[in-house]
Amino acid sequence: MGNGGADTRDDPHKQGRRRTFAPWTDPTARALVRFDGVRKQFSAVAAVERVSLDIFAGEFFALLGPSGCGKTTLLRLLAGLDMPDEGRILLDGEDIAQVPPYRRPINMMFQNYALFPHLTVEGNVAFGLKQEGLAKSEITTRVEEMLALVRLEGLAKRKPHQLSGGQRQRVALARSLVKRPRVLLLDEPLAALDKKLRGETQFELMQLQERLGLTFIIVTHDQQEAMTVADRIGVMDHGRLIQVGTPPEIYERPNSRWVADFIGEINLIEGRVVDVGASDTVIASAAAGRLRALSPTDAKPGDVVWVALRPEKVRIAHAPPTEGENCVVGQVGNIGYLGDLSVYKVRLDNGIVMKAAVANVTRLVERPIGWDDRVWLSWAPEAAMVLTR
Amino acid sequence: MHGAIKKRGEHNRSWGARLIVLVPYLWLATFFLLPFLIVVKISFSHTAIAQPPYTPVFDPAAGWEGLKQALSALSFENYALLASDWLYLASYLKSLEVAAGSTLLLLLIGFPLAYGMARTPRRWQPIVFVLVVLPFWTSFLIRIYAWINILQRDGLLNQVLLALGIVDAPPAWLSTDTAVYIGIVYSYLPFMVLPIYATLEKMDETLIEAAADLGCPNWRAFWLVTVPLSRPGVVAGVLLCFIPIVGEFVIPDLLGSSQTMMIGQTLWTEFFGNKDWPVSSAVAVVLLCLLVVPIVIYQQMETRDPAGGR
Repeated sequence: MGNGGADTRDDPHKQGRRRTFAPWTDPTARALVRFDGVRKQFSAVAAVERVSLDIFAGEFFALLGPSGCGKTTLLRLLAGLDMPDEGRILLDGEDIAQVPPYRRPINMMFQNYALFPHLTVEGNVAFGLKQEGLAKSEITTRVEEMLALVRLEGLAKRKPHQLSGGQRQRVALARSLVKRPRVLLLDEPLAALDKKLRGETQFELMQLQERLGLTFIIVTHDQQEAMTVADRIGVMDHGRLIQVGTPPEIYERPNSRWVADFIGEINLIEGRVVDVGASDTVIASAAAGRLRALSPTDAKPGDVVWVALRPEKVRIAHAPPTEGENCVVGQVGNIGYLGDLSVYKVRLDNGIVMKAAVANVTRLVERPIGWDDRVWLSWAPEAAMVLTR
Repeated sequence: MHGAIKKRGEHNRSWGARLIVLVPYLWLATFFLLPFLIVVKISFSHTAIAQPPYTPVFDPAAGWEGLKQALSALSFENYALLASDWLYLASYLKSLEVAAGSTLLLLLIGFPLAYGMARTPRRWQPIVFVLVVLPFWTSFLIRIYAWINILQRDGLLNQVLLALGIVDAPPAWLSTDTAVYIGIVYSYLPFMVLPIYATLEKMDETLIEAAADLGCPNWRAFWLVTVPLSRPGVVAGVLLCFIPIVGEFVIPDLLGSSQTMMIGQTLWTEFFGNKDWPVSSAVAVVLLCLLVVPIVIYQQMETRDPAGGR
């Protein structure tokens, strides 16, 4: 739990799908949704700054970033609730700038759910179908089907204020799905749920998306949620799309210190490149001495870089390791016990603090490493990443 | 354990809480129920040239027998008079007609006004709000007298109409039903606008976006979402206008004709002109019953289907 969703990456259900589903690697594949240099400004602030992004049919895409990063604005531009100042938004290759929101084959699940308080559950779900002018009998069947899908059959006659938070969330989901949109947009769909329910609902969303074969775009500020549900993640900050990639790519090969720090925990050690080999880079660091990283980089000797290390890839021991590479020494300043992991904060002799996370593979009876112990931290060259910005 | 604590809490609360709850009931009983019962009693009495101008008068000194005698002297003759004389029925109908018509006009004018106010940028809303309330700062009577000036034959309205060439000869406005409607709509507009504004202002704007997202153009979202959600405000505004307009006296008296009187005028004439306390009391009791009916119907509707969900 404590660290970047390692549990979900081992989920066989997801992995099986990921092996076969990767249209973004296919240069001939055509995007279902394409943002092309899209820019949106509110008063003096650019909410979205020249975003270009392709999202493919059947994909579960997550827009991830801190609040105010422009991810919701990007979603609203696609839904047609806001208009871009510059750039084009294409759906299936066609510019949808002139299409009003009520004619776009795109539906949105709003963050506060925006359920109509004067209508019943049934009335809320049927609302969109009535706008299409469908026959009454078809509306009834489709609403029933959808309510069964989200397990709300018994609550059809209730009003929104008579429902729990989780039930309301499912009504909102049903209401946006019942129109069979080409793309379903989910704006922080699980933010209002408690942690346990959120975890279950994430799994349900994934199942639903796969079963219906729809394209989902989710906006979230929760990196674990994005890692769990999404095929690919777009990380945003200050209106810019900083990195797009699969969850392992984002976690294991972040393209900047900002992404590395935003997704999970990270140790950053500043240094200067001494030598660049075929696959490895040697860095001289004032804080940790000479470091070697097996990480592709475009840095040249003399450049200032940062060695980035995930805490769970750092070994911690009472004695120096046998090979002397990538090793620092310090004193345990703090221990965080998370149940599945223990996180050690180690103060190095030169003052910087590094984190090491150790999985508690056996039941913890007596802590092998205690407060104020002198410890050696080491890591394999392939565990380290070299970041140039 | 938990139950015991709760019970004790309730017990502690009970004395203070009961007293506080009692205050409004005492107030209503003393200043509304008791006077109303007196009015009801007078409505069953007979006119008399005396002080007070009706009989019987309950005399506690006469004891049980005296009370029985007084009770047996009460009768329904005043109500029979109301039913038999066309004048009263015409007054009631006129009042209901004017109240219904002007309430409809108020709704037609007030709703768009309230909608516009709620849609005004937030920082301007206090100013618009003050503009709506501002007329209250001038005396109601003075404002109605001002309307007499505007509506009279050589008044401002006719001067403007003649100057613009819209009419050739000045039409009569004063002492017509039109003048009454104008005066009522003008005076009661804030009572319609403010409750509707209050509900519209609270409304979540993402609901309109959600409607648009679900395939509903804005004008249809207005009918399907905004209007149903503004129902509590509309009902409050309609009741706040309709009820006092039915009993309105000053506006029809100053601006209207003397041909058909509204019930407030009839009541005034009975009371001050004819000095007939029993009949005017009967008129008032019937008026109250007439007004209680729509309120009870509305409450019945509310308990069956709570407005707007929340």
